[in-house]
Amino acid sequence: MTDLPTHTEKTLGLVIDLDTCVGCHACVVACKAWNTENYGAPLSDTDAHGATPSGAWLNRVHSYEVTPEAGPPRIVHFPKSCLHCQDAPCVTVCPTGASYKRTEDGIVLVNEAECIGCGLCAWACPYGAREQDPSQKVMKKCTLCVDRIDNHNLPEIDREPACVRTCPAKARHFGDLSDPESHVSRLVAERGGMDLAPEQGTRPVNKYLPPRQKDEEIDILAPLLAPVDQEPGGFLGWLDRTLDRLG
Amino acid sequence: MKDSPHFDPAPRLGDEVRKTTCYMCACRCGIDVHMKGEEIAYIEGNRDHPINKGVLCAKGAAGIMQHTSAARLRAPLKRVGERGEGKFQEITWDEALTTVADRLSHIRATDPKKLAFFTGRDQSQSFTGFWAQQFGTPNYAAHGGFCSVNMAAAGIYTIGGAFWEFMSPDWENAQLFLLFGTAEDHDSNPIKLGLAKLKERGAKVIAVNPIRTGYNAIADEWVGITPGTDGLFVLSLIHCLLRSGKVDLDYLARWTNAGCLVDGDPKSPTHGLLLKDDRGTPLVLDRATRKPRPWDAAGVKPDLSGRYRRAGATHRSVFLHIADRYLSEDYAPERIGPKCGIDPAQIHRIAADLAHTAFDQSWQHKQDWTDMRGQRHTHVTARPVAMHAMRGISAHSNGFQTARAIHFLQLLLGSIDVPGGSRFKPPYPKPAHAHPRPHAGCKPGQPLDGPHLGFPQGPEDLLVEADGTPKRLDKAFSWENPLSIHGLMHMVISNAYAGDPYEIDTLFLYMANMAWNSTMNTSQVMGMLSDKDEDGNHVIPFIVCADAYSSEIVAYADIVLPDTTYLERHDCISLLDRPISEPDHAADAIRWPVVAPDRDVRPFQTVLIDLANRMGLPGFVADGQPLYADYADYMANHERRPGVGPLAGWRIAETGLTDGRGQPNGGQIDQYIKHGGFKTYEVPQAARYMKTFNTAWWDWSQQMGFTDAPAPAPFALWSEPLRRFQMAAEDGGPCPEPYRARMRLTHDPLPIWYAPLEDGHADPYEYPYYALTQRPAAMYHSWGGQNVWLRQIHGRNPLYLPTKLWEKCKFQDGDWARVASVHGEITVPVAHMAALNENTVWTWNAVGKRRGAWALSPKAPEATKGFLLNHIIHELHPEKGDGLRWSNSDPITGQAAWFDCRVKVEKVKAPKVSHPAIVRQDSPVGQGPAIVARHTGAAADPAPSLLDRLKARFL
Repeated sequence: MTDLPTHTEKTLGLVIDLDTCVGCHACVVACKAWNTENYGAPLSDTDAHGATPSGAWLNRVHSYEVTPEAGPPRIVHFPKSCLHCQDAPCVTVCPTGASYKRTEDGIVLVNEAECIGCGLCAWACPYGAREQDPSQKVMKKCTLCVDRIDNHNLPEIDREPACVRTCPAKARHFGDLSDPESHVSRLVAERGGMDLAPEQGTRPVNKYLPPRQKDEEIDILAPLLAPVDQEPGGFLGWLDRTLDRLG
Repeated sequence: MKDSPHFDPAPRLGDEVRKTTCYMCACRCGIDVHMKGEEIAYIEGNRDHPINKGVLCAKGAAGIMQHTSAARLRAPLKRVGERGEGKFQEITWDEALTTVADRLSHIRATDPKKLAFFTGRDQSQSFTGFWAQQFGTPNYAAHGGFCSVNMAAAGIYTIGGAFWEFMSPDWENAQLFLLFGTAEDHDSNPIKLGLAKLKERGAKVIAVNPIRTGYNAIADEWVGITPGTDGLFVLSLIHCLLRSGKVDLDYLARWTNAGCLVDGDPKSPTHGLLLKDDRGTPLVLDRATRKPRPWDAAGVKPDLSGRYRRAGATHRSVFLHIADRYLSEDYAPERIGPKCGIDPAQIHRIAADLAHTAFDQSWQHKQDWTDMRGQRHTHVTARPVAMHAMRGISAHSNGFQTARAIHFLQLLLGSIDVPGGSRFKPPYPKPAHAHPRPHAGCKPGQPLDGPHLGFPQGPEDLLVEADGTPKRLDKAFSWENPLSIHGLMHMVISNAYAGDPYEIDTLFLYMANMAWNSTMNTSQVMGMLSDKDEDGNHVIPFIVCADAYSSEIVAYADIVLPDTTYLERHDCISLLDRPISEPDHAADAIRWPVVAPDRDVRPFQTVLIDLANRMGLPGFVADGQPLYADYADYMANHERRPGVGPLAGWRIAETGLTDGRGQPNGGQIDQYIKHGGFKTYEVPQAARYMKTFNTAWWDWSQQMGFTDAPAPAPFALWSEPLRRFQMAAEDGGPCPEPYRARMRLTHDPLPIWYAPLEDGHADPYEYPYYALTQRPAAMYHSWGGQNVWLRQIHGRNPLYLPTKLWEKCKFQDGDWARVASVHGEITVPVAHMAALNENTVWTWNAVGKRRGAWALSPKAPEATKGFLLNHIIHELHPEKGDGLRWSNSDPITGQAAWFDCRVKVEKVKAPKVSHPAIVRQDSPVGQGPAIVARHTGAAADPAPSLLDRLKARFL
């Protein structure tokens, strides 16, 4: 089958902040819009106006409800795309070598000319991050916008994945996770960035920043506001004294 | 593995970037449209644009699919079937325009009010309003009345600004942010960008909302409030703050009417209004001289505890009235919490958070400025507590008073227009009295006697006949809802059908889906649109629709005027209208045709100009000659007042180009295009805070043409317009009997809470749940959420049920329920949601479509399992023994009370389709293609089979 590189020069990936993701799907659509026009076959939609519309998307947002033991239930929005795993089972399972991981930056790509659409990689991926194009029958997946990040036709500031550039809540970050000084590595260190399903043994590159503590328990001993109407003259007495002080 | 050249690592985005303004919702973000030849390749956010700073939401990025939507209308249409069937014949523009112009000319010459012209998601209201005014009908408004008029009215009457378009939270400096009743709407990208800034600084976000989706999901604290009780919650916070003295007395005394004296003489004709001097300026008791003096006099020190005795009556300060009311134990958290469905301790805690942040985390911001009393200041006191509120507050019949309570809270904290608080966006602040009054003076062949919409100050400004009959078809500015500053679009069709207050001839709608999700009582309203009288004539004789898409309302039109998409048209985002300013700058923008239409369609505004020219309307035709060839011509050359036009940038001065006031410039639109489609105008440093009282602000405002004179006014804790109406409903007042009791209660000059009015018609025990809707972030306000990409994200809308109800009725995934209000019932799919107030059920709005609409298959899930709550929300309350059917609206503003709806829910056997199943409409555009593979250039090749691929690879 297909070999993985023993070492990559960079480890490019996404860091996704679950504390700020509002689940708006901006990243999902920007991704589709960029990638249907670029990199390989368009991302098609079948039964597009019908009863069971279905299309190829490289990034989707899932929403989960979480009911903690203490405190009110809440919703976590969870964007998911290819995690560009270090031990990517989708690559090693590929019968033709169409799926591969780049040595220079660790991005996992599909060479569509080599892809026979057998779907083994999608089966192998524990995250469900690959989708076969329903029309062209080639495997589609996140490329980290490989055709943007080194694209000399783009202004330098735009050389980042389309999903990162568009995110209105600034919940998506892109960079080299092998560089401890990079913006993304620092975020992971500061915020306790986590792997998705580490037990799968795939060593995903993308990291998720967990939601911060919410809905702190109300401390009944915390100082509440002290009433002023217990003071001499009640509220009006307080008012006059305070106004006098204001001059 | 070595990379192979199987992909282009450096594709060009396109040959050219065309920068224009998005129209996928009301945010009006800047977009970069990348072109390959004359084809659109990619749309992304414009990094230089002040609204979105480069980001773009799901709707904006899907604009490319909206632009190429299969649902686009292709040519003018004439109805050939029955109304509602969707059977049309294509006609020429000349036939369409001649038909409409002839009909309208006759109406104008005989009785102009027989034209009802209402626009929906119209972003050119300054223009469409001007057109209607020149035509001479009083019956014009846009969709604000069923959207968020409560926010606009409460804000402008209280502080001279309002949430969203006229104010912004100080995202850079706020330490605590309270978000009330906001789903992923109004406004979309700026709030997300703002939340990101707050989160980055670790500022706390508290969300008050029955439903914990979207922005509420990422809040640090959730107040899962029962719908319609937000006002109580806010008044309880006010109680806690007042009782502990945690209010900004200095701010209140200087800048609000807290120190003004209220006429306390019950026999006085101005009882309950503010005492005034001979010039009409409100009086305060001066702490220095102990004498009444004008509130704005130099050196005056308003006494908040002022009592002034004159001629046997004692006149007390507004602040003493406030203390009397809100110190009452009725507002204690222990009493309020249970009514709001929240823990009293949470109210106490949030009050303490507010006080701590506003007063202990305050700082002095260095800023030289001079107030209208002539006093110079070197600093502004920061109060880092910001707030925002939207539909969840406004869409209740107590929404005006609730929104006022929120502004009241902001004022008590001294947090309006200071660093860290909520700041005005130019051309605001503009107090209510500085706006026009409403007009309905209508004569055959004449323009209206003034602008339609305005701000009544008292009963004398109402648009009613001597006997109280409303002059407007929608009954705006009548005793039923006096401050209806955006009109009542949701009442137009039912009033026209009932001939109440009079019959009309032509209903002319633009971009408003009044046969579907934008109307209450959808099933019956569809009947009203198609119903005929005994003689076989339509009750509403003639209907014209302008729309870009094959929507549900189009099926009811006699003539359809097909509009362009937003990428094929000129538009101006004007400072005369609803601008896109931010606190430190004013801004305006344009749209321009970045591509030419490939269909026989025309931009609606240009069509209106064509109609105006055919009818010879004043303001459009002079000496028999048209003044404007099209809308672009109007944008550049129209002057509303001398020197003030739709666009403020690049106007002509004596010595060159200027901004603000200046002569029209024929090259103006080219300048906008050259500079990215927008222009910003920096607010001078000295004018950035406390604008209402800041001389530098008023100087700049006049220079820019926003105002013609300074209009400082104290922030209105005590509302005189409300008191004037309340007084009109007291003994001897002119308010007609049916409205008196309600007006006395609701038009209180201080914020009050009353239960949503539907509670008086639907027994809360029989109908225990409030039924709400939200627009999803990926579809909010987008005109045609059916586009191929977005419908895959939100193609279904179950009714979400809270845990207690879910368990009580033993619902399971895939179940259906019958949902009934006092008005009707629907049968719909349900789903469980835990992060939901236990008295609330809700669904996504406007996902459901009529079969045959929007170029979708009749089997599309939007048409089979999708549904609207609108069927069970009536525009009129049931009759209750008084012979009257009251409008389902806020009694002050006429805001459509969508969220008052009470329902009961029961499990039923799953039907095949949701109920009511409305009969299919024919599609004048057919059905969209099965396979879409969006790409510039030729269509994608058909897919090779797996066998072919294997052969190609191995043989």
